[in-house]
Amino acid sequence: MSCHPVRRLLGLSALVSPLTAAAAYRWSFPEPVTPIAHDTLRIHNEFMLIIIALFVAVFAIMVYSLIKHRKSAGHEAATFTGPNGRLQWFWALVPFAMLMYIDFVLMGVPAVQAIVDMEDTRTRADMVLKVTGMQWRWQYEYPEAGLKFLSSLATPREQINGTAAKGENYLLEVDNEIVLPVGKKVRVLLTSMDVIHTWWVPQFGVKRDAIPGFLRETWLRIDQPGVYRGQCAELCGKDHGFMPVVVRAVPEPEYLAWIDAQKARQSGVAAGAGRAWSKDELMAKGKEVYATLCVACHQPEGKGLPPVFPALAGSKVINSPLLSPEGKLLPDSHPDRVMNGKPGTPMQAFKNTLSDVDLAAVITFERNAFGNTRGDMIQPAQIKALR
Amino acid sequence: MSIATTAPDHTHHDSGYSGGLLRWLTTTNHKDIGTLYMTFALLMFFVGGAMILAVRAELFQPGLQMMQPEFFNQLIGVHALVMIFAALMPAATGFANWQIPLMIGAPDMALPRLNNWGFWLLPPAATLLVLPFALALFGIGDGALATGWTMYAPLSVQGGLGVDFAIFAVHLFGISSVMGSINIIVTIFNMRAPGMTMMKLPLFAWGWLITAFLLIATIPVLAGAVTMLLTDRHFGTHFFNAAGGGDPILFQHLFWFFGHPEVYILLLPVWGLIPHVLSTFSRKPVYGYKAQVYAFIAIGLLSVVVWAHHFLTVGLPVPALIYFMFSTMAISLPLAVLFFCWIATMWRGSISFETPMLFAIGFIVLFGIAGLTGLVLADVAADAQYHHSYFVVAHFHYALFTGGIMGVMTGVYYWLPKWTGHMYSETLGKWHFWLTVVSFNLTFMPQFFLGLAGMPRRIPDYALQFAEFNAISTVGSFILGISQLLFAWNIWQCVRGGAKVSGKVWEGADGLEWQLSSPPPHHSWETQPEVK
Repeated sequence: MSCHPVRRLLGLSALVSPLTAAAAYRWSFPEPVTPIAHDTLRIHNEFMLIIIALFVAVFAIMVYSLIKHRKSAGHEAATFTGPNGRLQWFWALVPFAMLMYIDFVLMGVPAVQAIVDMEDTRTRADMVLKVTGMQWRWQYEYPEAGLKFLSSLATPREQINGTAAKGENYLLEVDNEIVLPVGKKVRVLLTSMDVIHTWWVPQFGVKRDAIPGFLRETWLRIDQPGVYRGQCAELCGKDHGFMPVVVRAVPEPEYLAWIDAQKARQSGVAAGAGRAWSKDELMAKGKEVYATLCVACHQPEGKGLPPVFPALAGSKVINSPLLSPEGKLLPDSHPDRVMNGKPGTPMQAFKNTLSDVDLAAVITFERNAFGNTRGDMIQPAQIKALR
Repeated sequence: MSIATTAPDHTHHDSGYSGGLLRWLTTTNHKDIGTLYMTFALLMFFVGGAMILAVRAELFQPGLQMMQPEFFNQLIGVHALVMIFAALMPAATGFANWQIPLMIGAPDMALPRLNNWGFWLLPPAATLLVLPFALALFGIGDGALATGWTMYAPLSVQGGLGVDFAIFAVHLFGISSVMGSINIIVTIFNMRAPGMTMMKLPLFAWGWLITAFLLIATIPVLAGAVTMLLTDRHFGTHFFNAAGGGDPILFQHLFWFFGHPEVYILLLPVWGLIPHVLSTFSRKPVYGYKAQVYAFIAIGLLSVVVWAHHFLTVGLPVPALIYFMFSTMAISLPLAVLFFCWIATMWRGSISFETPMLFAIGFIVLFGIAGLTGLVLADVAADAQYHHSYFVVAHFHYALFTGGIMGVMTGVYYWLPKWTGHMYSETLGKWHFWLTVVSFNLTFMPQFFLGLAGMPRRIPDYALQFAEFNAISTVGSFILGISQLLFAWNIWQCVRGGAKVSGKVWEGADGLEWQLSSPPPHHSWETQPEVK
């Protein structure tokens, strides 16, 4: 944390003046930490100088004319309507030659180089990170390590509603951060489960759309350890503003240790799926899952936001039989809705993103909360059989 | 406006007009229809403005204070559609109706009944667009379109009935624009005064001619895209659904094939009228007439081959990225021709600074910022950082507010005395100009920095490091919004009365319209003038 560049800048400038805190962060791009971001910032700085020079040069001429050729100064109007003679034609054409040079050489050549670098996702890639956008969180997958987890906004609702003081990383904090090794080329594959999202971390100089049904790719190589924050950049519905991206870049040994710890945790979870769970255990776990994944649409009291997001309290879907008498999945039943989603609506198919335990827990919780009194429950083992 | 535009001339009573409301419903007179368009545009300008002030109020500080994200998303999208389709485009068509016949020496538009129909499609279209807000109050549906004006699939496939209403509204707006365009093309091609060759056509008419062709070329593509969206939503087609073999990006291609030329559709009429104003107040003929005409044509042609620069981050292949980057940059060349000619028109003139001239100069400078930031946005590598951020929001408001709306204001101040026969208040006009320019920059300049710092667009709440600039922007936006009441008041006063003006109005004015009385007779140019 201590070496985080943005934090350091924030700290330094805050000493100078509280009003201009983070000034270095705000007037231009945040400090770049990947080769692409360095390139982008350099190009941006060059282009800004060029366009500011153009702006000043062109409008200096105009302002000169406005002052010098004004009627109140007694200036008599000329009558020319175009260039006369070779010399005037020459001066009229010079700006266009200059502009062509600026467009296609001065700006164009570095830009082409940058594009080729930016799109070179495969050469010497060390690892793959798969990013899946969904309303309104990200799922990250490390295919080589067999790791997969969801990453949702961690800022409490009270901070958003103004009933609690806002934290330092307001809206830019998540429950599960991505951890990546420093100095390794990461090939990022992107897709989406529902609508188009855009994965963006400003300090990486990387912004790429996550498109349902298609795979897109980009790459990054983070030069220095730190925590880097970004967010979804494509309007994706109600909580578009509330799906941040947080990447923690660490040295490789630390990264490998993290992978091992995550794997151990996942196998622990998988082991839990085999045993029989008590209703209280499921209710407690289900409440947790509900609070991270379901609450944004179905609301804390289960009242939903009709007509788009239906209420769970007194819901027909929930207050109908859990499974068929043979223990099979009933179409449009509560487990079917949670596992397979409802096409054409923001209700996702959670069977791909949640474990057996989480699914069993959240289904059990919803059937016995918000005044729903089904009294029944479903075991992780049953979910496994339904998949 | 009705009283003033027609009061000195009572002959229209003989031409079968009834008075009152029925007159406006059935009118086929180009001046009446022009007035209807302009009035409608002004009204919708305030409707769209009110929506975005609510948005800016919410963004004044971090946290959700006034509205929930669903409603926020509805406001931003409907604001854009209202401003583009119900304010700027009708204003431009209003100018065309009023001015083209006067400027080319024609007695009226070529197709007067079509003209009437074209206007009267607009109020139902605007109603469709905003009706879902009202329906939601009665518990019907979940409000208006919440996808942004771009209506990207699959978000728009998922959306509520607001999307369907918006689709039909866009259809009506589109039909109206195409009818207006046909009328303008037919009028310009067939009804010019004897001796007015195409290369003597006023630049305003040239700008509109190119706009009209762009509308006819691209509106059907938009209509097709939203119809495909409609069938995806209701009839099980899979144009934009990968699971059924479709492609969500296809929608973006179709949308922006319309959407990019749309920018020039909004700007070309303004680029057409600016040289007239500059020439009038510099007391000097337009510089580089031919060059400007060719630049209009070049921009029109280029505008339909650069669309993908609106979605460079979707993952296009490298050759496509390079092509769209260079073709976009190429637009800077004809645009530079226009800037060159505008400044050269003023150069060594005898310049005075009445309100229309102030707006024209303000337009050139601020639109220059839009052009220059557009040039860097074309750069694919830098665009990866700018795209979907507030940098883009600032850029296109410099293009469409200072380029489009301030251009319209230039035209209004320039021609209002001609239309009404009265002079507006110069003092109020100058106040309006300075307040608009200062507050516009206060609103949108900080948004460039917000975008660079990493604030995405279309978010109802934001991280703490974006707080100060958002607060400044909101303060600016409210001053900007309130300043526009001066504009409306000034117009109202000018319509109702004021100092009488001569036919020529401005000392340096040149062109056929200034040979008529102010206001012009209800039926002007019954005998066409001879152009030498």
